[in-house]
Amino acid sequence: MSAIQPLADKDRIFTNIYGFQDWKLAGARARGDWDDTKSLMAVGQDAIIDAIKASGLRGRGGAGFPTGMKWSFMPKEPKPGKPSFLVINADESEPGSCKDREIIRHEPHKLIEGALIAGFAMRARAAYIYIRGEFIREAEHLFAAVAEAYDAGLLGKNAAGSGYDFDVFVHRGAGAYICGEETAQIESLEGKKGQPRLKPPFPAGAGLYGCPTTVNNVESIAVAPTILRRGAAWFAGIGRDKNQGTKLFQISGHVNRPCVVEEAMGISFRELIDRHAGGIRGGWDNLLAVIPGGSSVPLVPAAQIMDAPMDFDGLRDLKSGLGTAAVIVMDKSTDIVRAISRLSYFYKHESCGQCTPCREGTGWMWRVMERLREGNAQLHEIDLLEEVTRQVEGHTICALGDAAAWPIQGLIRHFRPEIERRIVEKQGSAPLAVAAE
Amino acid sequence: MPTLTVDGIEVEVPAGATVLQACEAAGKEIPRFCYHERLSIAGNCRMCLVEIAPGPPKPQASCAMPAADKMVVTTNSEKVRKAREGVMEFLLINHPLDCPICDQGGECDLQDQSIAYGKGHSRFAENKRAVTDKYMGPIVKTIMTRCIQCTRCVRFAEEVAGMEEIGALGRGEDMQITSYLERAVTSELSGNVVDLCPVGALTAKPYAFEARPWELRKTYAIDVMDAVGTNIRLDSRGRQVLRCVPRINEDVNEEWAHDKTRHHVDGLVRRRLDRPFVRREGRLVPATWAEAFESVKAAAEAAGDKVAVIAGDLVDAETMYAAKLLARSLGSDLLEGRQTGMAYDVSSLAAVNFNTTIAGVETADAILIVGSNVRWEAALVNTRIRKAVKAGAKVYAIGEEVDLTYPVEWLGNDIGLLGRLPQALLDTFADAKQPMLIVGGAALKDGQGASLALVETLGLIKDGWNGYNVLHFSASRMAGLMLGYAQAGGIRSIAQAAPKLTFLLGADEVDFAAHALGTLVYVGHHGDKGAAAADIVLPGAAYAEKSGTWVNLEGRVQRGDRAVFPPGDAREDWAIFRALSDVLGRTLPFDTLDALRAAMARDVPMLAEPGLASIPWSAPALPISAEGGALGLPIKDFYLTNAICRASPTMQRCSAELLHGETFAEAAE
Repeated sequence: MSAIQPLADKDRIFTNIYGFQDWKLAGARARGDWDDTKSLMAVGQDAIIDAIKASGLRGRGGAGFPTGMKWSFMPKEPKPGKPSFLVINADESEPGSCKDREIIRHEPHKLIEGALIAGFAMRARAAYIYIRGEFIREAEHLFAAVAEAYDAGLLGKNAAGSGYDFDVFVHRGAGAYICGEETAQIESLEGKKGQPRLKPPFPAGAGLYGCPTTVNNVESIAVAPTILRRGAAWFAGIGRDKNQGTKLFQISGHVNRPCVVEEAMGISFRELIDRHAGGIRGGWDNLLAVIPGGSSVPLVPAAQIMDAPMDFDGLRDLKSGLGTAAVIVMDKSTDIVRAISRLSYFYKHESCGQCTPCREGTGWMWRVMERLREGNAQLHEIDLLEEVTRQVEGHTICALGDAAAWPIQGLIRHFRPEIERRIVEKQGSAPLAVAAE
Repeated sequence: MPTLTVDGIEVEVPAGATVLQACEAAGKEIPRFCYHERLSIAGNCRMCLVEIAPGPPKPQASCAMPAADKMVVTTNSEKVRKAREGVMEFLLINHPLDCPICDQGGECDLQDQSIAYGKGHSRFAENKRAVTDKYMGPIVKTIMTRCIQCTRCVRFAEEVAGMEEIGALGRGEDMQITSYLERAVTSELSGNVVDLCPVGALTAKPYAFEARPWELRKTYAIDVMDAVGTNIRLDSRGRQVLRCVPRINEDVNEEWAHDKTRHHVDGLVRRRLDRPFVRREGRLVPATWAEAFESVKAAAEAAGDKVAVIAGDLVDAETMYAAKLLARSLGSDLLEGRQTGMAYDVSSLAAVNFNTTIAGVETADAILIVGSNVRWEAALVNTRIRKAVKAGAKVYAIGEEVDLTYPVEWLGNDIGLLGRLPQALLDTFADAKQPMLIVGGAALKDGQGASLALVETLGLIKDGWNGYNVLHFSASRMAGLMLGYAQAGGIRSIAQAAPKLTFLLGADEVDFAAHALGTLVYVGHHGDKGAAAADIVLPGAAYAEKSGTWVNLEGRVQRGDRAVFPPGDAREDWAIFRALSDVLGRTLPFDTLDALRAAMARDVPMLAEPGLASIPWSAPALPISAEGGALGLPIKDFYLTNAICRASPTMQRCSAELLHGETFAEAAE
């Protein structure tokens, strides 16, 4: 059992995540956003980065890379003609994830203020917010909020009276999942086809337009001003060591009340569901499995997840991951093979097609998954599929190949008997060999 | 200079090298599909995976990883073997494996590497992907189901050819390579994508189903389609050249060739002169060699020393030398090679040479082009200029505006501009370390003096750098100038001397109606304009049918070998002159090609040895014509510049479709 206490209301960063109050500048100011931003910046760039480092904030986009360290990779002295850029990744397309959407809908000014502070800390000239194409109303909010901020003198020349010139541009994507990958996003921002770039060079060396660039998730940026206001120690005091702070969990699936909720990192799964989602549909005995971090992490069966701490390291120990903390709950009515097969289809559909293992492998995996779903396969094909996922994993330019492979690996690891049952039932007790064509 | 260890072998590589290059330096073969030395790195095929320490525990693409000091690279571990097998399996699952009907068979990277690095069997039980074929013009045949999406063609079109006409559509396994709106690829370099394609997705349309690579005899030759002297390999079977592909020569063509070089070869077996002809009662009638020689003898006796020789664009130095000796033995020095009537001062060979050399173009940082469509006159010089531009060179041009595939500041179409260049240009050149001037054939006529004056004005000559370039576009030009095939007034001087007998060495571009040249003896290989105007036709050998010496526009002496024999009664040209000299009673002093070459080397030492001829700089003092005037462009139709390509159905089709907008219905397959 984890000893993490549920988050107290006073420790919530996103106080308007449900949109009960005004999302515009006036409302945001009433909640404390943009409150003396100038003095937050006055401590200087290095002090801000040190504070973020001390807070233990890890990137909220899925990989969990320490945010402060990421900022510190940016050049201290931009070279002439090579300004630095901050790119904010609002291309939230991971099945199950919907936290950035809520932030942009109801707390856009947290994001914009964070953009100014983060951009200032990394000595960036401007921030580009790359928002998912399907987020139409959200984009409208964001455009409006940015315009408000400019009108109020919070952005542009001498942003927020800090003496620092900073611009924020909102760029709408066209609906490709791969453009959520940082280098593909940079390509897309440049007007090219969204395909991940090779690393090295890393974006901090040569990113957008060949200039030093940091790509951060919306949530990572949006929490930064509050961390600075309340102090790194406050943030670091929530959660477990190396898994500190608060996190927006997005609970979907077979729970009584699906919701997005800010909670302390490391809270147990049972506590999270019971407290905020009204429990599992049909009770805890009805829980089958959980995908704890968005579609690309392996599922975890009920017995293992129930009391597991919901943070990066806790879920890594279960051979899964926190990802974006998009918790997809599946009860025993779920056709688990079909569910994973649907995810395979998603990855096949969203693979950019650039590199071989992902381009060819995602289609192959999906087709085998479909046959496994129907039981129209042979038992050895389960091992074949497992081997194909290993051939994709770790051999691609970006992590989409891994993301496509992991759900299937999780399925085979935990639900192999279910797959075998279907094959045997479909084909009778002794499956016949199919002649090669 | 990082030092790293590859499979236990320590290698030192230049800074900026990739791990793949380091592995090659260590003698390790790394399989690859998307990586190509002359294109940008894509890193998408994932075939070149190796283990690198220190680094993440997964295999890394060696083509894209910069080599760093103290790296430990493993290319032969179990992990690497499995990674390669995995990638190979993925590449093959949707590949049709139709090798028996694929033109790439036998020279296919996918075949070779699947044998070396593949699993040897397939576990893929699903249906394979089928992809509709795309239209890419008259040169490139597509069977897109075979495509492995390496994007070499896309990168070539964008980076080298400068025509963004090929790209990828769609995503994931539906990603398809296509040309823009499925229109023909109009680049004159489109054929190179066929060589670049590692599989049989892009093959040569004119060569479709012609031959298998192992049936072909390979001969090294020199291209005569322009003055670049592209190093080529002629692939022949029996008596026919079936294919022409470039060889690698970093100094000349790198590894490219333009479409005319690649696909004129079907013209080598059409419209050929395969027997002598003599004009009787206004008509050319077939004759024996003896009859033809007797007719020449009669004409020669009547002519006395009123004899001239006009060399065509394609002839080799040996032919010109043999003809020169014969003319001299008859008492004449009336030699000319500039068929179209161009006349410029040739008192200094350096002043009509491409002095920076072709490879040197890449290092130029300020370039002025005068009166030349470099893309058509020397496509592979244009790719070098493109490289220079990418490295930061600024290009100005005077003349008719054409698309040269890189940004050019056009100053206007007026040769008079040479005397009043804009200040911005002068400033650019003043700052340039390696300034370069390219004077096209069109500008030499009126602008030679003015352009030579620019050597001083623009500071073209510096330590170890001579930026004065003349761009020729006839393969025979430089050798002709070395052999004295130039009169002060050009063809007009020849006509003024009123020759009674003129030998035409494959000269097809002369305006025969305008010049009285006496009895015309055509020694050449194609029934083109020259033969039609001739009184006596002696069938000679095309460049592929003889060993010969050509000098390219930078003064590089190159030798090509004979790939096939001339058709019918046709003979090698030097042998024709040797035999004719016997009949005329003025036997030439050589019995073999080697003896001819030895004599030529004594007369013109520059032609003795292959390699870049050393031509010391001297500039003739010429009057600077102050007159202005528009510059025409000498090449009106890129695909139909000489007798061979005019006889080629492929080149005719290219001309009609790509330059004149005709459409061709594709037969459904």
